[in-house]
Amino acid sequence: MTHGNGNGRPLQLTAKDFKSDQEVRWCPGCGDYAILSALQSFMPELGIPRERLVFISGIGCAARFPYYMETYGMHSIHGRAPAIATGLSVSRPDLSVWVVTGDGDALSIGGNHLIHALRRNVNIKILLFNNQIYGLTKGQYSPTSELGKVTKSTPMGSLDYPFNPISLALGAEATFAARSIDTDKRHLTEVLRKASAHRGAAFVEIYQNCNVYNDGAFDAVREQRENRIVLEHGRRIRFGADGERGVIQRADGSCELVDVADVGEEALVVHDENQEHPSLAFALSRLAHTPHGPTPIGVFRNVDRPVYDELMQEQLASAAQLSGEGDLEALLHDGDTWRVDGH
Amino acid sequence: MTKPVEKLDQVIIRFAGDSGDGMQLTGSRFTSETAAFGNDLSTLPDFPAEIRAPAGSLPGVSGFQIQFSDHDILTPGDAPDVLVAMNPAALRTNVGDLPKGGTLIVNRDAFTERNLQKAGFEGNPLEDGSLAEYHLHEVPLTNLTLEALKSIDITKREAERSKNMFALGLMSWLYNRPTEGTLSYIERKFATRPLIAEANTIAFKAGYAYGETTEDFAVSYEVGPAKLPPGTYRNVTGNQALAMGLIAASTQSGLPLFLGAYPITPASGILEDLARRKNFGVRTFQAEDEIAAVGAALGASFGGALAVSTSSGPGVVLKSETIGLAVALELPLLILDIQRAGPSTGMPTKPEQSDLLMVLYGRNAESPVPVVAASTPGGCFDAAIEAARIALKYRTPVFLLSDAYLANGSEPWLLPDVSSLPDISVLFATEPNVDGEFWPYIRDESTLARQWAIPGTPGLEHRIGGLEKQDGTGNVSYDPDNHDHMVRLRARKVAGIAADIPELDVDDPDGARLLVLGWGGTYGPIAAAVRRVRQGGGRVAHAQLIHLNPFPRNTGDVLRRYDRVLVPEMNLGQLLKLVRAEFLVDAVGYNRVRGLPFRSDELANAIEAML
Ligand code: SF4
Repeated sequence: MTHGNGNGRPLQLTAKDFKSDQEVRWCPGCGDYAILSALQSFMPELGIPRERLVFISGIGCAARFPYYMETYGMHSIHGRAPAIATGLSVSRPDLSVWVVTGDGDALSIGGNHLIHALRRNVNIKILLFNNQIYGLTKGQYSPTSELGKVTKSTPMGSLDYPFNPISLALGAEATFAARSIDTDKRHLTEVLRKASAHRGAAFVEIYQNCNVYNDGAFDAVREQRENRIVLEHGRRIRFGADGERGVIQRADGSCELVDVADVGEEALVVHDENQEHPSLAFALSRLAHTPHGPTPIGVFRNVDRPVYDELMQEQLASAAQLSGEGDLEALLHDGDTWRVDGH
Repeated sequence: MTKPVEKLDQVIIRFAGDSGDGMQLTGSRFTSETAAFGNDLSTLPDFPAEIRAPAGSLPGVSGFQIQFSDHDILTPGDAPDVLVAMNPAALRTNVGDLPKGGTLIVNRDAFTERNLQKAGFEGNPLEDGSLAEYHLHEVPLTNLTLEALKSIDITKREAERSKNMFALGLMSWLYNRPTEGTLSYIERKFATRPLIAEANTIAFKAGYAYGETTEDFAVSYEVGPAKLPPGTYRNVTGNQALAMGLIAASTQSGLPLFLGAYPITPASGILEDLARRKNFGVRTFQAEDEIAAVGAALGASFGGALAVSTSSGPGVVLKSETIGLAVALELPLLILDIQRAGPSTGMPTKPEQSDLLMVLYGRNAESPVPVVAASTPGGCFDAAIEAARIALKYRTPVFLLSDAYLANGSEPWLLPDVSSLPDISVLFATEPNVDGEFWPYIRDESTLARQWAIPGTPGLEHRIGGLEKQDGTGNVSYDPDNHDHMVRLRARKVAGIAADIPELDVDDPDGARLLVLGWGGTYGPIAAAVRRVRQGGGRVAHAQLIHLNPFPRNTGDVLRRYDRVLVPEMNLGQLLKLVRAEFLVDAVGYNRVRGLPFRSDELANAIEAML
């Protein structure tokens, strides 16, 4: 194995190189395993040496993730990973910084940090493992749990209307928003590939089955493939066992599920993830507020906007050009000074 | 005709007016003139938290006090000798501090029925004889300004706004201040608005000329230059000195400076100052909240930056969780708490020293953090470097305490010799440390600091986190004995810093039996009080703590050397509680929480009562 630190040889890392020596401690059957394995397999493709990769997490089952990656990593505190990652990414543009978070971590206690990292377009990749439950604290409802959900903390059913993570990200000015499924390695890898290639903040929601506290939450799309509305750039949006169903856009901008036979192929929406205006992406995100029927997966939005880290770097460079490299002596003397002579 | 000049050795002037009257500008210009003249000086701005309270109202009064002298001084002074009151509200809120026989200069034009009413006066104090015990000068400041500016093509409103420059001109004449600095300042400030520049210049000169000609002022005064230690000086506020100190810490450590901050009074000035210094490679990040501000700083620290988060009490309390994480991660992090009166939002612009116990103990579990406190505006510079030194050397978060008094108050500052600043550079780990592996919690035997490997270093990839970890490997560990070991080790590491900081210095020229022990920003008032007591023949010793965790290693010995120990604090006895608990000395407190710095006369009385 090489580190590719300037010897001209290409990196030859494999998935194994990204496995740390720590024993993985999720419950057997947890969807997190599949995501970890997909990510470890994908990492070599990035061509980034391990020492320049950093995984930062908050608290929750998903937050154990960094311990299992043979990269730099920090298991931080509840909800704060996007803030910590922002400081790291902004001060170290040479690093590739990834945030691993969950629905409680990112959307409840850390909601503020998530939306601000997205709007600033900080160069971090945010992977949200959504299992619609609090797993680590043993089964309370989360901000993505469906209305009426009975959990330990909601014996009479949840009163909270859930977030739709993709809608939220789009509303927070995300330049990249995508969704995938823990067990669909091929799809997940494709989404990760696009996320890592994106300049700026990339938000990826991953449906992750918590088989202990919320088993089957995503069965409608995880198991019933005909419910996956796979978004593919430049293609008409069709789904169903034989592509017999599709998506049209109404005059008011909202999207609707139809039988292709009823409307004709020409009427179907052509997906355009690069559309500057977020309306289509948002309308698509509203097709399924919770994943209990046909649900879009794939890249909703992928657009270019100046990256916070780069903008800051440019300001530093232009300040140095304008006022010269900082000189402490000159700084201290900047302003009205006077001399007192010896006596 | 030239008027006689009377010599004085020191003067205290307070400028007071409506927030919209430009009193802070007037005060700081007068300060610059005074600094340029070579006096020693000390200033205290006192302004409302509201940007614009209703014009003419009592809460809208903004003040600026300056003491200047021909010898070295320690505070902005207790009671003013001269009060400049720009309106009835300013008179009402400040005249109580003016001793009988003091000089009172008022803007007569502002004493309208409406303004008097807003200030809660029944009659007109200028007419009812209630000010008879003062040397009252009624100056029609507004009309004189308008008159002087009538040939300038600006609105009446704009003209009227120059009245503070008229007042400044008059005061500059009265105290024989050099005027070149102010004239060139006006030109710079209004470079793009030449008419306004001209108006301010004319108003300033008219005020000066008014002093020369009016019969109302028979003499002018002169306060000779002070004999300060030789060197180059500038006037500096605590916040300015902190910003420069952080930059110095960055250059002296060789690490890029990262500041995460959320705007909060009275700390915002540091963020603003540093944001203008990007040519030093300073990254300033105005975060979405206090939590993100310190979080981003911690992330930057993980990446090898000199990471800082600035705030005040109500913001610091939100950062506790992240500071606890920094304790567990053992990463350097500076948190600056510019203390203000509380609890809760309290009085945002007013100083207090009431966050000491919070920064020491305001986190979950055993979470030791070193604490450094600045004692003077200029001392903020050294405190920043010292806090950074400790943080970097011991891989620990460090609190630096200042307060609203130091933050906004100013004094002449003898510029340090850059070449004499300490080297606080760090060595990052670059090699595996155990059998070809890198264990992040392998420690230096003497400092107990762990090795610090930053991302980007090949072969040293590692994970750290908030979970308890095995010493050495850093692997997650719930082992009971390991946890006990780690808790004690983190405590020992911080306690061990005592060997690496200066001993507590005691000022005790006469073998006193009473010690006054202060900390941080009360240095000036306590030292002035001690000086006053000694002038009256009293014997008293003074020590000021700069390091509050750990305490200097000789602190217990010092305390036990004296029969009595007095601990003045702008809180209800926080250091007092600590020294009583730690050193079993029967110290007593002197505590005031009025949102104002101590007056040296009240402290002198408290000291004398214990002699
Ligand atoms: S509780 Fe649920 S999410 Fe957590 S590890 Fe177990 S299965 Fe996975």
